Amino acid sequence: MTSTLRRTPLHARHVELGARMVEFGGWDMPVFYTGINEEHRAVRARAGLFDVSHMGQLEVSGEGAEAYLQTQLSNDLGRLTEDGQAQYTLLTNDRGGIVDDLIVYRMSPLRFLLVVNAANTDADRRHLARDVPPGVELVDRSPEWGMLALQGPAAFEVLAGVWGRGDPPVDDLKPFHVVEATVGGVRCQVARTGYTGEVGVELLCAAEETERLFDALLLQRQHGVVPCGLGARDTLRLEVCYPLHGADIGPRTNAVEAGLGWVCALDVEGKEFRGADVLRRTRQAGPKRRLVAFRMLERGIPRAGLTLYHGDREVGTVTSGTLSPSLDEGIGLGYVAAASAAVGTALVLDVRGRRRDAEVAAKPLYQPQAKKES
Amino acid sequence: MAAEESYPDDLRYHREHDWVRLDGGEATFGITWYAQDALGEVVYFEPPAVGDRITADSPYGELESVKAVSDVIAPLSGEVTAVNDAVVETPDLVNSDPYGEGWLARVRLDDAEDAKSLLDAASYRTLLEEQ
Repeated sequence: MTSTLRRTPLHARHVELGARMVEFGGWDMPVFYTGINEEHRAVRARAGLFDVSHMGQLEVSGEGAEAYLQTQLSNDLGRLTEDGQAQYTLLTNDRGGIVDDLIVYRMSPLRFLLVVNAANTDADRRHLARDVPPGVELVDRSPEWGMLALQGPAAFEVLAGVWGRGDPPVDDLKPFHVVEATVGGVRCQVARTGYTGEVGVELLCAAEETERLFDALLLQRQHGVVPCGLGARDTLRLEVCYPLHGADIGPRTNAVEAGLGWVCALDVEGKEFRGADVLRRTRQAGPKRRLVAFRMLERGIPRAGLTLYHGDREVGTVTSGTLSPSLDEGIGLGYVAAASAAVGTALVLDVRGRRRDAEVAAKPLYQPQAKKES
Repeated sequence: MAAEESYPDDLRYHREHDWVRLDGGEATFGITWYAQDALGEVVYFEPPAVGDRITADSPYGELESVKAVSDVIAPLSGEVTAVNDAVVETPDLVNSDPYGEGWLARVRLDDAEDAKSLLDAASYRTLLEEQ
């Protein structure tokens, strides 16, 4: 089956570095190089470098691009008032479900870049193409781009060491902004975004230059930067409660139930997107279930699919779980009945027949130590 | 942290990647280098209780890595006389020393003669090569 898996421009590097490779969303990706826990801790303490070239890049351009995207994306694109601003948003369906969660970048008033989940790139493109109006062009740029994520409290020290002299100062880059710069001799779009909760950036470059960029950043060893796989990416995002599409959210999960109402512009005049009416009704009536974070009070590791109880009553299902490397306790995300969703609610997790105490916990489950001034 | 690949000659092996160290009517159980490598960093061990009866070819405990859960299969039948609390506390001992500090349980065997059904190191290595 491996022959059918897609490879990023860094595939040979991963193999050279001794990575353990796994299938993820149709791609052959590194799950870890030396170990998930070690890589996780490196990101929390110093810096980690992730290959995220499998992620998709869809470009929407033309006179009507903004108006069209306003009908497809949940967040208010009108809040991106300048080029180089970015926004977390959802591509929704008519039922208020989540086709994908993504970051949209305003590259120019007439050109927007959507960075989407690898496994959803084709589905997103098809979804967007259904009623794209004349004059708006939708192009899948994924094969042209490589993408890296550099994350951790030392990320900016690593970047400073390879930052182009003629470029705007690296420290001026604000959260959810993107700037063009030369990094390690490679022309990049550098965005203050990420999936770890730490300070950091994501870098887009021409696919054929990805290896050069990766090598240049890894040479900054004095700052403790290490290559990290998807395993650590998953434990890091789970500690800060970022949902994973395909696990915690999906086309059949309501955005308000998922706790993503804050990226749904339901009260902006003139803004109407797919499923907005459904989401308004959900908000009005109150969601029947909610995506909550929880932590184990006893030994045991939550896993997707396990059942959650309040006392003897079944109240929900785990959608993601792990042993938190930072907290050294079992943590998870799951949907529970609204009545059991308040922080502090006692839960019982059925771990293959063993009942273990847990409780609903505040998000994020882990607060990164070093938040860079923005 | 990870141990070098090895399959000691003084142990017997079960095809579900467990090892057995025989000591008269008792035996020590653990998982092989191959099993711990396939699992990755072990972060959790759910042991049987002392006194539990365990049955050959059936699960007697669980090991979990960051990503996956795996049943531990009993290579022989008997009664648990001890479990390795050090592995409960520090699960990655299974990775760093699978045949030593990373042992999982001590068992009083129903019939030590059953061990003849297990593989020797050479046969186990052959099994791995075939996989």
